[in-house]
Order: sequence, then C-alpha cells, then structure tokens
Amino acid sequence: MIHTSETMYKYLRPDKKFPHVWCAGCGIGIVMGALVRAIERTGFTKDEIVLVSGIGCSGRMSTYLDFNTLHTTHGRALSFATGIKLANPELNIIVVMGDGDATAIGGNHLIHTCRRNIDLTALIINNNIYGMTGGQYSPTTPMECKASTAQYGTIEKPFDICKLVEACGASFVARSTTYHAKMLDAMLSRAIDKKGFSVVEALSQCPVQYGRRNKKGSAVDMMMWYKDNSLSNPAFKKIPPGEVGEQFPVGILVDLDEPDYLERYSQIVKKAGGDRL
Amino acid sequence: MKRHKDLLLHGNEACAMGALAAGMRLFAGYPITPSTEIAEFLSVELPKVGGTFIQMEDEISSMGAIIGASLAGVKSMTATSGPGFSLMQENLGFAAMAEIPCVLVNVMRGGPSTGMPTRPSQGDVMQSRWGTHGAHPIIVLSPQSVLECYTLTIHAFNLAEKYRSPVIMLMDGIVGHMWENVQLPEKIEVIDRPEPSVPPDWYNPYDNLPGGEIVPLVPFGEGYRYHVTGMVHDKSGYPTLIHEEVEQCLDKLIYKIKNNLHDIIRIEEYMLEDADICIVAHGSVARSAREAVNIARNEGLKVGLLRPITLWPFPRFHLENISKKVKLFVVPEMNYGQVYGEVLKSCPKRAVRVTRVDGELVTPAQIMEKIEGAAL
Repeated sequence: MIHTSETMYKYLRPDKKFPHVWCAGCGIGIVMGALVRAIERTGFTKDEIVLVSGIGCSGRMSTYLDFNTLHTTHGRALSFATGIKLANPELNIIVVMGDGDATAIGGNHLIHTCRRNIDLTALIINNNIYGMTGGQYSPTTPMECKASTAQYGTIEKPFDICKLVEACGASFVARSTTYHAKMLDAMLSRAIDKKGFSVVEALSQCPVQYGRRNKKGSAVDMMMWYKDNSLSNPAFKKIPPGEVGEQFPVGILVDLDEPDYLERYSQIVKKAGGDRL
Repeated sequence: MKRHKDLLLHGNEACAMGALAAGMRLFAGYPITPSTEIAEFLSVELPKVGGTFIQMEDEISSMGAIIGASLAGVKSMTATSGPGFSLMQENLGFAAMAEIPCVLVNVMRGGPSTGMPTRPSQGDVMQSRWGTHGAHPIIVLSPQSVLECYTLTIHAFNLAEKYRSPVIMLMDGIVGHMWENVQLPEKIEVIDRPEPSVPPDWYNPYDNLPGGEIVPLVPFGEGYRYHVTGMVHDKSGYPTLIHEEVEQCLDKLIYKIKNNLHDIIRIEEYMLEDADICIVAHGSVARSAREAVNIARNEGLKVGLLRPITLWPFPRFHLENISKKVKLFVVPEMNYGQVYGEVLKSCPKRAVRVTRVDGELVTPAQIMEKIEGAAL
C-alpha cells in the first residue's frame, strides 16, 4: 500500500486542483490509479506521455495527472490526439474518454481512429451514464434502465464497445473493471506498449447517477456485480449463443499485429521522394 | 520546393504553396468544394518535404487534429468552405481559448446550408468573426489575388505564431478558383515559435506578462509539462472559477489583439487622397471596385477605394479617418451587406450597399450604377 501511495503521489499534481470532482464511490479514481501503475510499469517518463481527455467526469482526469495534458472538446479527444501523434510520433499518447464521449458524440472519431490504426491508447471509462450532466442515458445504458432522460426506461439497444472497436479494426482490445483493478493496469500497460490503436474499456460504477436510479445498490455492490458477471474470454466463448445473460468477457479480446498508420505513411513519404522519421 | 519566377497558379494552389513556404508541415482536412484543391495539392507536396497530410473523417476532427499538431510544435492548417466552416467553429473556439496557433482557410461559397457549392460568395464575413460561442477576438485575412493567396497565407502563419491565435484566411470562391500569372517573392519573412525564456518550473503558459508580451507555447514533450483546456483557466492553465482569474483569462484574449491593431491591420488605399466617395471592398470584389474607381475617374468623379486586407479586427480607425474627408461610402459585397453593417457603425447614414447573392461576381458596372445614382 505504501508503495502504491508513493507511486500515485509521484504522478499527481497535488498542489494544483484538488479536491477532485468525482463523487464518493465513483470508480474513475480506481481507473486513474490503474493507469498510473500501468504507466509506471512501462517505464516512460512523464515528459514522454501525453494525456488527452474529452469532456465529462472522465475528462477531468487530465487535470490531476502530471503529464503533458490536454482537456479537449466533447467527443473530439481522438482528433486532437491524432494531430499530436502525427506531428510528434515519439510521444506516447493516452486518450481518456467516457462512454458518451467516445461512442455518442465522438463515435465517428472512434470508428475512424480504429480504421486508421493510429498508434494511440484509448481508455474508455464506461459507467453506462452521462454522470456530470446529471444522469442522462448514454449509448451504453442497458435496455429498460432508468435515466434522467429515460424516466420510463431506455428503449435503445446499447453498444458493446469492445465489439464495436474490434469490428472497426483496432489492433488491441481489452476490457476490465474497477473490481479487477490489477487486471486493468496490466491491460493498460499492454495497450500502451502495443503499436497501433489500442482500446481498453474500463467498466466503472456510477452509484450516484446510474446505480441509484436503477437500484444497483452501493458502489461496492456494483463492483461485486462486475465480479459475479465477468468471465475470461475463453470461458465466455464456451457459453452457447442465446444463453449469454448479463455476463461479459474481460481480459484481452483482440491482439493483432498490423502496420500502424505512421508505418504506412512512411511508405507514402518514400514514394513521394521525401525524407522523414 | 523550387521557387519559380513566373508561374501560372490557381488561388487555392498558391495558398497551399504559401503554407509550405511558411513552414506548415501538417494539413488535416475534409473534401469540400471550392477548397478541395488545397488538400489535393498538399497530399502530393507534404510527403515530399517530410510533412503529414491526413484526410480526416469530418471538419470537426480536422480542426482538432491541427490543434493537436500545433501543440506538438508543428505548424498546421486546414481548409474548408461554408458548411465545413460551421462544423469547425467548436474547435476554432477551443484554439482561440487555449491560444493555439493554427491557420484555417475558408474558401467561401454560396450559403446558407448546402447553398451553391460551385458558386462564390462572401457570406461568411460575420461567421468568421462571431461563429463560435462566447466572445474572443480573431484575425481574419482576405486576399484579392492569386499572389495574395500566397503572401497572405505566409502572413497568416506569422500572425498565428506571433499572437498565439488561430488565423482565418477568408477567401471567396473567385479568388480561390482564379488563375493568374504570378511572380512569387524571392524573400519572405517567416516567424517561428519563440523558445521559452524560463525553465519548466517557472513556466506559466497563460501568464499575463508586463507590456502584454505573449508567453511562447512550448511543444508537448520538451520537459514543460502543463495543462491545456477549453475551460476558463488560470495562468498555469488549470480550470478556474475565481472571478479575478476568469476576467484575466478572457480579457487577455481581447487585449493581445486590441493592443496590437497597428501591427495586425493591413489595408490598401487607392485614389483616396481627394475622393468624395469611398468604396469599401475586399476579396475579389475589390478587383471590380478598383476598376469602378478607374471608370469613375475617367468620368471626372472623385472616387477612391479602401480595401481591408485584414477583415477582422475591422479597420475601423482607418474608416473613421477617411469618413472625415469623404461624403459617401459605397460597400459592394457578395452577401446582403455584412461589411456594410460595420461601415454603418463608423459612419451612420453615409453608406450605401451593393449586394449580390446570386452566385455571380459583383461587376464594376453595378458599382458604377450606385455611384452615379448617388448624385453628389
């Protein structure tokens, strides 16, 4: 624990903008802890990391961590990150987004970043709700759930973020939860090291805006639900189709070795007779 | 890139060449008429100089990508037209708020909405000034010729770096699609981003320095770790809601432009010394206006031309000085009178407009008709 606290302290901006904005019981702090441990494990210096975030509860993470940090507009974090990476390929860029940020307003940017396979790491914190604006339903709110804009229950089919990004061509796709915090930091360090576009979905409880309205219990109850319903990918695949209830796979779901955008672009430069990288 | 002495160039091509000459090394854009040639040209030329061309999924992400590139220390640009310009407003506001140098080219076409993609217009004069939410100043340049598409694009990058601000090249569809024989200047001035004068621990990217000096933007990755946000921020870049800090943050945006109007504003005067009537025109319309001045002078009418090269900040003081000498302003535009409104602010009751929104250019005859009708 002492070691963990020391590590966290090393990466926080303690004298700047604390206390943080997250509610008691929120999972985003756990995810931030996992991210810090993952970065520590990869051995990159603070100067080599750029942390880009979108808008919403998760978007505030960039304020608290001592890297080159960029808090962008809602849904557009991947666009800004793309520009940074293309301008300076030496930088390691981690993009933190929420579920609404990444898959609703930023959905177009997400699918095209997957398709281009740009060497970025996307951390999508999925709490199934728009927390900061007061609990409106997001593209990952399950069917028939209550939200402040779905008082009679949601009628829209939710996205499975991992399936979405896999279909769009991401090189590395993994899922973990705030219950599986150590697995989450392992997934994140793999994702940061991975060349190409990697996506890690972190399921994270929002007891205040999502849990309370949907009688999911306390933050701990919600984390226990992650524990009880998660399976390793091989175990999940053994469940016959049609019998999958609320269960979901965690761990590495996709791990491909494909040339990333910059590798391909260097071929273009060569064809044009230019000189770069 | 070799600089030839005599070139037959297209306005959009000259704009792209100017950007390369200014050191632009990342272009992110989305196809849209009538700006597309800029992207096409740069997709060929940027790889040759080791730069990056990327076609993004839309104009929103194009604007985001050029902001990111600039933060990583690379001069960057995007180009678009009306509908795309509307989509870029969100991140244009971000660039203004976070003080990120970058250049946005808008080759104006007929609007509103899809409007007339293949017909020119000057309908975005006000959108270029007031298109984002909130209030911030902006620098907007308007070229009238193919040569100016080249020289003003270089100037746009210089202003962007000097004032840490997005700069808009507001070209109309005629200027963008016009072919002219041009001689590119042998020598050009290129302003690059200055180095920081303080070590990382002392660096405040949004500091209010005495004398209005602008803090250099240090690229990400060079040991100056700081926070950039579109939220109102304090001098170190962190979000703030403290009244004094909010005011400082927003006032600074205004004053860094307002205190440097003499440096930013460029105008051209033609035969204004003894004029009774002053035509105010920019872009391709200024070419027709110049011809109208020549015709009027042949007829013995004392007509001159004021051409704002810098559209925003608007050359209000120049206009007010001229208004002491002239009796009437004639403002021809390819819109319903957007610059006309600005002229009225300075010289109420003494301005008339010549408008054209049918996708055709304003002719010298049209301007003459108004001048002759003014019966001075």
